[in-house]
Amino acid sequence: MHPPRHLFDKVWKAHAVGTLANGQTQLLIGTHLIHEVTSPQAFGMLEDLGLPVRVPHRTFATVDHIVPTDQRSEPFADPLADAMIKALQRNCERHGITYFDLASGHQGIVHTVGPEQGITQPGTTIACGDSHTSTHGAFGAIAFGIGTSQVRDVLATQTIAMTKPKVRRIEVNGALGPGVYAKDVILHIIRTLGVNGGIGYAYEYAGEVFDRMTMEERMTVCNMSIEGGARCGYVNPDATTFAYLEGRPYAPNGADWDAAVDRWRDLASDPGCAYDDVVLLDAADIPPTVTWGINPGQAIGVDEAVPHPDRVAPSERASVLEALAYMKLEGGAPIAGTKVDVAFLGSCTNGRLSDFREAAAVLRGRTVAPGVHAIAVPGSTLVKEACEREGIDQVFKDAGFEWRAAGCSMCLAMNPDKLVGDQLCASSSNRNFKGRQGSPTGRTVLMSPVMVVAAAVTGTVVDARRVFGAATTEA
Amino acid sequence: MALEPITHVRGRGVVVPGDDIDTDRIIPARYMKVVTFDGLGDFLFRDVRLDDEGRSLGHPLDAPERAGATVLVSGRNFGSGSSREHAPQAIVRAGFRAVVAASFAEIFFANSTTLGLVCLALDPEDLAAVSAAVDADPTAEVAIDVANQTLAVGGRTFQGRLPATAREVLAAGRYDPLAELLAHGDRIAATAARLPYVAEAAS
Ligand code: SF4
Repeated sequence: MHPPRHLFDKVWKAHAVGTLANGQTQLLIGTHLIHEVTSPQAFGMLEDLGLPVRVPHRTFATVDHIVPTDQRSEPFADPLADAMIKALQRNCERHGITYFDLASGHQGIVHTVGPEQGITQPGTTIACGDSHTSTHGAFGAIAFGIGTSQVRDVLATQTIAMTKPKVRRIEVNGALGPGVYAKDVILHIIRTLGVNGGIGYAYEYAGEVFDRMTMEERMTVCNMSIEGGARCGYVNPDATTFAYLEGRPYAPNGADWDAAVDRWRDLASDPGCAYDDVVLLDAADIPPTVTWGINPGQAIGVDEAVPHPDRVAPSERASVLEALAYMKLEGGAPIAGTKVDVAFLGSCTNGRLSDFREAAAVLRGRTVAPGVHAIAVPGSTLVKEACEREGIDQVFKDAGFEWRAAGCSMCLAMNPDKLVGDQLCASSSNRNFKGRQGSPTGRTVLMSPVMVVAAAVTGTVVDARRVFGAATTEA
Repeated sequence: MALEPITHVRGRGVVVPGDDIDTDRIIPARYMKVVTFDGLGDFLFRDVRLDDEGRSLGHPLDAPERAGATVLVSGRNFGSGSSREHAPQAIVRAGFRAVVAASFAEIFFANSTTLGLVCLALDPEDLAAVSAAVDADPTAEVAIDVANQTLAVGGRTFQGRLPATAREVLAAGRYDPLAELLAHGDRIAATAARLPYVAEAAS
């Protein structure tokens, strides 16, 4: 009998190739995801060294950051973007890598495509040159972002050098209130533990709240682990996980499926295993949450006031002042009522079918407030098509939203979707850094999809429950 | 692929004040539309250095007396945010050899170390003293000793923190791990063979 172990330990051990001279682990990366921004330099380094891709069938590519979401025919209007997509295509062809390109019908944000294709599986290690790779932890995978030199290492060796992190269990029990979503849960966790709180840790999300969550909700939470400083976060695989995966193109099938489910079940953390740290939170304490500042930890309940610089710890004062000045907000004033110029629904945090369903349910029959520019951007081409089959696109269009094609869009500024000047954006994405959405003075307020819709129809940051009534926003 | 061992960094410094300086600030995403890292140094901190017309906003990096500085001094949680290696690449390509801060974001630290960019952490009071010394004298030499994890400037020496794994690989010229990873091909194959999802799909 083994002593009880958590999932992280079991998966790490199964993928440990050996110990390197400096004491780090050489870790096998079973699944490698690549996109156009962080891979071309890695392929270039490989070619300079005359090295082949060691295991091409375990690397999967798509294009997301730079694709325009309106006019997508190639060549793209932006020659730099066009050069990047051509480089990805060339590299995939040359090395025999599966590429979900625009023509495939399966293109999308890399963290949306992996799960929907069934590539993301429990008990695997997943790396991608993108920090939101933590999303895939929702399936009970160890999944983390890597730099371009490490993308090169994975291409060349299917391994990377890594120091094993500690594991913190974050347990949230009880029931979420009406109108409180997965996005609020993770914003609340980051607000509580801080943007640095997770440095050196992997997060295990557990407890009644995560047990009840759908896979898409778990992905929203794991996606933002990195915003709390944790390089990865995971939820133990369970019946919800298996039901999501069954029948997906890259999931095992037939007898292999049954064997895989048995293996996956055994990987879940054993009862009574030891963690380096445990944090207990009560679901009832979590309000609909929005950010007010310039990092995701600067978050408050939508009914709360923005911090007053005179009433925070002296060590926090400088950053509060900096954030207030950038956001053009007044310390001590309520965040609700803040004027919104742009509403963005999409990204790898909240750009999946359930997000659009929830948003459409409250949007139906309403219209975007005058002066608000509202765009809805599905996370993948498959999400877009599913929405269109259900008539969700029409709800958005009727309300005055622009209905776009799949990509990262206004989550970051590498495609034509950008804020202008100091526009304030109600955004379902994951980062509110200065300049993140494309204008050096643009302002971002992070929130759940339903709150984005509420902001779009009222033109202000507002508690969605007051706009739609608690009954219509039952989570 | 033997690399130059890095035991010391000596050079003039520049202070970029602020906590939580994230990778979007270090290199704004719209300058990442490139297929090589060449030339990224020009876009380091672009949005806080130049206005829309390309006029200087008076950022410390653009002060003439700071030209040629090789040690970047900043605040807490430097390099938070994205995993983009473009951030440390831009810093290195702008001529820096070390970053000194109260703490570093994890992926940024790992990416930097791989490039041989020394990331030394100092206690907040020491960091304030170092910042003041560097600010006061653009010609002051900042000397970082990797093995001892120390930083000397203006006649004072400060004890910093650099994890042992980083110290060792820097001093041994093994901060780029690729050669060592490549050397273990048989062990990689054996590990992969034990993992059904990697092995099964093998063609
Ligand atoms: S949607 Fe945003 S956070 Fe997600 S991969 Fe794209 S740019 Fe990164």
